[in-house]
Amino acid sequence: MDNFLSFFSTHQQMIYIVILMIFVGIEVIGRVPAVLHTPLMSGANAIHGVVIIGAIIVMGKAEHDNYLALILGFIAVIVGTLNVVGGFVVTDRMLEMFKKKK
Amino acid sequence: MNILILSYLIASVTFILGLKMLSNPATARKGNLIAATGMVIAILATIFLYEEDGVKLGNYGWIFGGILIGTVGGTLAAKKVKMTAMPEMVSLFNGMGGACAMLISIVEFDHLINIVPIEPFGRGLGKLNFGGYIGTLSIIIIGCIIGSVSFAGSMVAWGKLNGRVKDISFKGQQFISIALLLVILGLAGYLISNSVLLVPHTFYLIVFLSLIYGIFFVMPIGGADMPVVISLLNSFTGVAAACGGFLYDNKAMLTGGILVGAAGTLLTILMCKAMNRSLSNVLIGNFGGSSAVSGGAKAQGTYKEISLSDTAVLLSYSNRVYIVPGYGLAVAQAQHACHELEKLLAEKGVEVKYAIHPVAGRMPGHMNVLLAEADVSYDLLKEMEEANDEFNSTDAVLILGANDVVNPAAKTDPSSPIYGMPILDVELAKNVIVNKRSMKPGYAGIENELFFRPKTSMLFGDAKKVIQDLIGEVKNL
Repeated sequence: MDNFLSFFSTHQQMIYIVILMIFVGIEVIGRVPAVLHTPLMSGANAIHGVVIIGAIIVMGKAEHDNYLALILGFIAVIVGTLNVVGGFVVTDRMLEMFKKKK
Repeated sequence: MNILILSYLIASVTFILGLKMLSNPATARKGNLIAATGMVIAILATIFLYEEDGVKLGNYGWIFGGILIGTVGGTLAAKKVKMTAMPEMVSLFNGMGGACAMLISIVEFDHLINIVPIEPFGRGLGKLNFGGYIGTLSIIIIGCIIGSVSFAGSMVAWGKLNGRVKDISFKGQQFISIALLLVILGLAGYLISNSVLLVPHTFYLIVFLSLIYGIFFVMPIGGADMPVVISLLNSFTGVAAACGGFLYDNKAMLTGGILVGAAGTLLTILMCKAMNRSLSNVLIGNFGGSSAVSGGAKAQGTYKEISLSDTAVLLSYSNRVYIVPGYGLAVAQAQHACHELEKLLAEKGVEVKYAIHPVAGRMPGHMNVLLAEADVSYDLLKEMEEANDEFNSTDAVLILGANDVVNPAAKTDPSSPIYGMPILDVELAKNVIVNKRSMKPGYAGIENELFFRPKTSMLFGDAKKVIQDLIGEVKNL
């Protein structure tokens, strides 16, 4: 229990962010038209690619003889980048097609 | 360090702003670019400014090498993918994010067991120490489970959408899934509560079982429901990313992750609502399974065919024509031909519009994107409610490769798996022409009574070829 409470007190700032972001996330896309469901999902998909930051940190602090960290970290950076770059490019391609014709 | 914090703040704001702008057609593209810019800032700042106990990151060669490979691969894949295959591409990229979260957790776990041991609540953990050892361990395990499930599930969803993986469901599958989940949670609880005597094998077992669970989770769900599943897995990956945010005390990861987790969950629910079904109904897997048979078999009888020239005459002399596009149109890549037909008829003074069912195709909005690609004017695309109001005064409805979204069983047959889903009431129009390749049932595997109704005429053939021939006939009139 003590562990539990200390977890809360050390993380209170983070926990506030979590709660607020849940509401922001719901509020922000609340009135999205069905037309945009697919691009929005794809855009959100690209945004969670932010996990790549973790991969970069793992990779960056891996010791030179720690092969597990080096190899897994390297793969993590690759797949994370795939998520970010692929996600944003696919979304852009979808949205490009919505362009109004002159 | 201060610039790093500022960069993360900027990134967080761009994510919120980007998501907001993505939910409005006029600003969507810009929103995507803004979020992407924020992401680049966050990534560059991490590489060059992040430090832990005064030590900057190393291994630049590996980092840039990985980013280069990922960028080239991601760009090529995203640029080359066909319109029809975009949903599976999104699923694939989502799986990559899940895999990334999983790998991070594995490395951090390994890191954790190698430095800690002597003192369970030990110092010497560096940055990882905030919140104590148990908190860190819990976050690693949670992130790992969610990331693994998301990765394995997305891969199955990807395979299903491109037809490589078939729907497999057997009796008791749900129980196995639930049992598997309980075992995973039990092992996680055991590992956390006995963290002083860390057993690495237990952790790797959790990773393995989570991957299996991800496969079991998606396997029984019918292909037609994949968009909903992908959206749900998308929000899972968001939460996994947020776990990384906790782990590294990183606000950008936390904001981005939770934002996607919340928005993704809401989006999933919105998609279910568009089909008038509940999320649990989708997840238990009604479509494509054994229950689909019950709705079938009943609709039998004779249907009549119509010739191309008769169709051309009918369409040319109508006042108002509605086109109902479906997945068949996307598969045949007939959107350009379809637009040409629409223009040709419009020149003859026919009012042509498109009736877009919210879940036509394989993803919500699929048809809009497809027709927009062919330069069809946005104003001609009518949503379901509006189209249903106008079918009364419509002379002809041309259904191109759509099936379940016009199936009257959704209104009349409570035993049908799609019962309760709102449909396009095409029967209100004077004539209904259905283009299909054959009499085979649609994706949900249900017979469609509409085809046997007196008002309905069938026009068999590949959508693209049929439309092109139709254009020739209309021109010759």
